[in-house]
Amino acid sequence: MLDPVEALTSAFPQAMEDTYEFRGEITVIVAAENIVEVCRHCRDTKGLEYNFLSDVAGVDYYPQEPRFAVSYHLYSMVHNRSLRLKVFLPGDEPELPSVTEVFPAANWSEREIYDLFGVVFTGHPDLRRILMPDGWDGHPLRKDYPLGYETVLFSFNFDEIDKHKPYARE
Amino acid sequence: MGVTSKLGDLGIVTVRLEDAVNWARTRAMWPMLFGLACCAIEMMSTQASVYDLSRFGMELMRPSPRQSDLMIVAGRVSRKMAPVLRQLYDQMPDPKWVLSMGDCASCGGVYNNYAIVQGVDEIVPVDVYVAGCPPRPEQLIHGIITLHERVKQERITDWA
Amino acid sequence: MSGLQDSVWAGDIQQLKGLVSERALNGETIVLNMGPQHPSTHGVLRLMLELDGETVVTCVPDIGYLHTGIEKNMEAKQYEKSITMTDRMDYLNPMGNNLAYCLAIEKIIDLDVPLRAQYLRVLLTELTRINSHLVWLGTHALDIGAMSVFLYCFREREKLQDIFEIVSGQRMMTTYFRPGGLWRDVPEEFEPAVRDFISYFPARIEDYERLLTDNPLWLDRTQGIGFLSAQDAVALGCTGPTLRGSGINWDIRKALPYSSYEHFEFDVPLGQHGDVYDRYLIRVEEMRQSLRIVQQALDSLPDGPFRSNNRKYVPPPRSELGTSMEALIHHFKLWTEGFRPPEGEVYVRVESPRGELGCYLISDGSPKPWRVHFRTPSFIHLSALPHLAKGYLIADLVGIIGTIDIVLGDADR
Repeated sequence: MLDPVEALTSAFPQAMEDTYEFRGEITVIVAAENIVEVCRHCRDTKGLEYNFLSDVAGVDYYPQEPRFAVSYHLYSMVHNRSLRLKVFLPGDEPELPSVTEVFPAANWSEREIYDLFGVVFTGHPDLRRILMPDGWDGHPLRKDYPLGYETVLFSFNFDEIDKHKPYARE
Repeated sequence: MGVTSKLGDLGIVTVRLEDAVNWARTRAMWPMLFGLACCAIEMMSTQASVYDLSRFGMELMRPSPRQSDLMIVAGRVSRKMAPVLRQLYDQMPDPKWVLSMGDCASCGGVYNNYAIVQGVDEIVPVDVYVAGCPPRPEQLIHGIITLHERVKQERITDWA
Repeated sequence: MSGLQDSVWAGDIQQLKGLVSERALNGETIVLNMGPQHPSTHGVLRLMLELDGETVVTCVPDIGYLHTGIEKNMEAKQYEKSITMTDRMDYLNPMGNNLAYCLAIEKIIDLDVPLRAQYLRVLLTELTRINSHLVWLGTHALDIGAMSVFLYCFREREKLQDIFEIVSGQRMMTTYFRPGGLWRDVPEEFEPAVRDFISYFPARIEDYERLLTDNPLWLDRTQGIGFLSAQDAVALGCTGPTLRGSGINWDIRKALPYSSYEHFEFDVPLGQHGDVYDRYLIRVEEMRQSLRIVQQALDSLPDGPFRSNNRKYVPPPRSELGTSMEALIHHFKLWTEGFRPPEGEVYVRVESPRGELGCYLISDGSPKPWRVHFRTPSFIHLSALPHLAKGYLIADLVGIIGTIDIVLGDADR
């Protein structure tokens, strides 16, 4: 069983940007252009064998720069341990290679991140919106996208809100 | 309902047309099998053995809108689902009723956000709202009976 | 054909390119829409099917008809208040969702949970698992054509709903688990109700099995369809009974025990063939094992507090508010401002009835979560549906949709 940080640092000295541990979870920050090779290395190297991709999640760190992050939660069924790979992306035109060729499980997760954050995955077989309707404007999970709050109806403002509320007809 | 036997033992009853039609409408009001979210599970419970909605002539859930009279909007309606819902409503033959089941369908519920339609009455006209998240089967039955009462009040002049 | 019609159809075909095979564009195969309102898609799933006669050539799922914006909404709510959102995500497994989220919060603030609360959490999540499997069994059988199983399953389900109502006051959306423990201790009616269920339920499982397991119609409709090999299951990210049906022994309750699952004895049923029938057997057996866990948890339920005593994160009991100034201040702070976990990010896995439910939580030190992401099993399993459905008859498709046990609220969030 290899130490994932050491193994990745020796294999990809130029791609490793940072590592830290919080509550026993190891996070490795990887350069965006190397993510596919790093994933393949994690999956195929004897002693690492992270054969299962649990989850891919997008994060928006607005207004920080680099603004977006994509987290890959890998799990090794052989050694029963997890690893988080994290990629940071710039705020305008975030783009990174898709890992679907290494982990087919990432397919829909990447579509979801594309839909809700607007991060483009190059080389993805079918990059379309998945949750929102096709013609939707904007990417809802971005921090600068409004939640879409509607004023709550109370007895004192009932008449005023009711006046503007659309009601359907037959 | 005003059934009276005026002709002795001939087995003929007379009744007003309105009452007969409304009776027929309420006793076989087929709901559309249309579950959206959590409320759909409670709607299934209402249909199933313990609560047994067929006591009210509603044992048939029609998956096809062409055969159904009552649309029970059970659950939250997303912006993506809204056009589909309206289309299903338009496909139902008259007379038709809509029951908005649960807080999400009635007013958006806890989801006051971009994705959920804030009340299904923005899309289709609603006859009865049932509160609760999700409403208990008893509440749904109460809503349905309320609708039945309402249907019984309908007059022949309104049908035209 | 007139020129106008040509141009209309060309537009549609362009949209389909890449999704369906070239044969559909030539008109050799037909493209059929299924859903989003269809009785056997278990909610608002839409499938675009390309059929060669009755054989499914390609299946393109279209989800999002129940997208609720839960993740975004949770970013706008305090931790304690956002728990209510998680119930409504996978609405057949509300306690399990609560548990995943509470475990993530507890992990990020390193909060202790008393043993009694942990045991009760295990007990109630296992009852929720039975509840979810009952709905699955009823609807799956209904899809395939066995109507009466549905009525039996929902009869037993009412008993479970009553237990949930006893503990939390709500039948479905319980929001019973809170960071650091539970909302309140279980009332005294709880234990007899659970004991009653334990003595009542095993014979009911026998009933279901008598109706289905050796039923030739059931065997014909489930054996040899929806085949999934072990390699494909891992590659596609399948978890839970879908993965174990292919023979891989991976259960998060065993591999990465949480909430003191390591204290309980239970078996993990495995399949051999990886078809619909194997997954049916696994889920039925899981109900028995869950009942075993429930029995053990109830027998060894320790006394003691039902939530943590860490007043920075857990509200003080109501009785202290009248006598202790400090308790009043904590109460006020917790219910107005909320608590502030340290900065950091955690990923927590729990075994939901459907598979791995992961919660990825990022805190920036404020009272509201910066980002909550749920890795939901239905979402990942649905992405495996095209692979599962390929080459089978359209009549088998409803069985295959049923076997991965999807909940659309879970998939769309």
